[in-house]
Amino acid sequence: MKVRAHVSMLFHLDKCIGCHTCSIACKNLWTDRKGAEYMWWNNVETRPGTGYPTGWEDQERFRGGWEYKDGHLDLRLHSRAQGLFRLFFNPALPSLDDYYEPYTFRYSDLFTSPEGEDQPTAIPISMITGEPMTPGAGPNWDDDLSGSPLYAANDPNLKGLDPEVQAQLSEIEGVVFQYLPRICNHCLNPACVAACPSGAIYKRAEDGVVLVNENKCKAWRMCVAACPYKKVYYNWATGKSEKCILCFPRLETGQAPACAHSCVGRIRYMGVLLYDADRIPEAAMVPDERLVESQLDIILDPFDPEVIAAARAEGLDEGWIKAAQNSPLYKFVKVWRLALPLHPEYRTLAMMFYVPPLSPVVATVEKALRASQGNGGLVRLDLPESNLDFELYDNLEKARMPVEYLANLFAAGKKELIVPILKKLLAVRLLKRQESLEGGVTEKALRVLADAGLTLEEAEAIYRLTTLPTLEERFVLPPYHREMAAEVWKDPLAAKGEAGFGYVQPPVRGE
Amino acid sequence: MNWNTLLFGVFPYIALTLAVGVTAYRMVYRPFSVSAQSSQLLEQKRLFFGSTAMHWGLVLVLLGHLLALLLPKGLLLWNAVPVRLYLLEITGLGLGFWALVGTYVLLARRISVARVRAASTGMDYLVLVLILLSALSGVLTALFYRYGSFWFPAVMTPYLWSVLTLQPRPELLLDLPFWIKFHVFNFWLLVAVFPFSRLVHVITVPLGYLLRPWQIVVWVRKLAR
Ligand code: SF4
Ligand code: SF4
Repeated sequence: MKVRAHVSMLFHLDKCIGCHTCSIACKNLWTDRKGAEYMWWNNVETRPGTGYPTGWEDQERFRGGWEYKDGHLDLRLHSRAQGLFRLFFNPALPSLDDYYEPYTFRYSDLFTSPEGEDQPTAIPISMITGEPMTPGAGPNWDDDLSGSPLYAANDPNLKGLDPEVQAQLSEIEGVVFQYLPRICNHCLNPACVAACPSGAIYKRAEDGVVLVNENKCKAWRMCVAACPYKKVYYNWATGKSEKCILCFPRLETGQAPACAHSCVGRIRYMGVLLYDADRIPEAAMVPDERLVESQLDIILDPFDPEVIAAARAEGLDEGWIKAAQNSPLYKFVKVWRLALPLHPEYRTLAMMFYVPPLSPVVATVEKALRASQGNGGLVRLDLPESNLDFELYDNLEKARMPVEYLANLFAAGKKELIVPILKKLLAVRLLKRQESLEGGVTEKALRVLADAGLTLEEAEAIYRLTTLPTLEERFVLPPYHREMAAEVWKDPLAAKGEAGFGYVQPPVRGE
Repeated sequence: MNWNTLLFGVFPYIALTLAVGVTAYRMVYRPFSVSAQSSQLLEQKRLFFGSTAMHWGLVLVLLGHLLALLLPKGLLLWNAVPVRLYLLEITGLGLGFWALVGTYVLLARRISVARVRAASTGMDYLVLVLILLSALSGVLTALFYRYGSFWFPAVMTPYLWSVLTLQPRPELLLDLPFWIKFHVFNFWLLVAVFPFSRLVHVITVPLGYLLRPWQIVVWVRKLAR
């Protein structure tokens, strides 16, 4: 057993309001630079939809992630020899048009236009060429499914869904969507690292953050194609690949990443997970349907004395072990089993977790009930809302956001992993609604709770951590003590009275 | 000292000194810049034709030159049978032509695609022009002064060795026709430009990829010790 710590993020999708505050915080902090204009290390997608870059889940085209065949785990992108052979042209690389051409507006026109009959306008110009252009795409062009049904219809996760169910998704007045915020998953078995011919990308053993060494990056762009989540971006101005750094400078000073910190819906949680590094290959090499289980298996119990001893042996200090024990991630992921990684079938063992959304729910049940009572159209039911939920509990396959769809996103198509989660979420919701609005809990609600596999205490804890957590409960960050690490690099006293540790080169491309 | 000595006896040493010295400096003190910037993100189709042709054409032709430098006798023996000579010459000419076309495509692309132009520096154009001239003069030489693989071992191999062993004999080139001299000088020019341009990326060919483990994990703490 080789115990390592991982700093992970959890997204509670029920709470995401799709406001993009996270994306903007990230952009302002890290990618508001030349060459990085088109990058969104954090982006928020409307689902169903094709996401950003458009169609990133289409691995036939972009060749991201790993493939498990005949007992071998291979990069979908290339073998080692193929990787070298394709140095001069990487056929799986997305082009700028798969993202979008970044643009701004020529605001100076507003001031310098000559006097005339018409209002002056600021025309859009490309942020690459500076030439006037007509914007035709953006990182969230299909926000809230606006504009065109085309995006939703082309979502690869609709594969395997009943055509009837698919049609229901976009029915007028029944349209349904959810949000999917995405950052780099800081995977345990990262394809970006494996694909880099220069060996420029690495995973930090201390906290699992995956970083690009910009000095070693030689612009081969293999990582961009190999990451199945398309979370490495190529900076066209500096000629280097860049990616989400999980705000490690903030983490090291005890602050949550900017996206999490600024999150308006407070959907994001940060915490430490302990994992067994020895068993990573084992976890990635099982058939699709066992992937989630095998990944959760190598996440260790931070209260187990054996694990604690092994963690100490690996050099984890008490602060980190304590952080792992208090981790909200551990509760959501392992104790309550409410969270899943995005697209486990890519086999990179993504370490950011998602609680699947329950919210856009009742419609089809509602409709079915209405029909059974001879009511069509938009007439509200005269069933009390609480009953409606019980109906849904027994008929989760009728949920408005099809369970199959969620399973394609978070469980490699395995519905049996999604249903228990939705049941738990729903059971907690019913319980708390009765408790706080209906003046008492019914037998039925308790039965449902037991059926979902939760105790009253667990339900209460889930409710509290979901709806009422304080900042400190959402972000349980480990003590990095980077100040001490710096002492080993350089003698801080030697630099006393100076403004820093020396000269840092500006990141400009070579001639 | 005459022009011939200056261009082929002195300049090569300036070029080589620059290539070694500046490259070493750049690797140590400017590692960020040691790379060739890719523009594939900005334009793909023309890059595919241009880049593949130029790179593979150049790599193979250069290997041919290297072979003649290292195994001149072997080359002559191979050429003793006419069919083999023709085969070699045709292959070489074909590859040279391939590289020439590829370089032309790349240069045209860099000039005409607005996005790529926006990401280009003056040096990017200069490098392409030099390579284009090199490929052009090489192809012309192969066409008009047949058969290169015959006379190269007799003239160029001793000349290159004389430079490399610090006993330059530029007079060996004195009577060669203009295009061949041009080709040689252009080569030294490329060597001189090498450390100041994207050409340095030649030294970054990541052969280590064949051997390294798939995953790389770094202990920041242990690294510091
Ligand atoms: S999600 Fe992040 S760590 Fe995983 S493969 Fe992509 S870039 Fe690498
Ligand atoms: S800031 Fe939070 S609520 Fe808003 S889109 Fe991002 S993740 Fe969702």
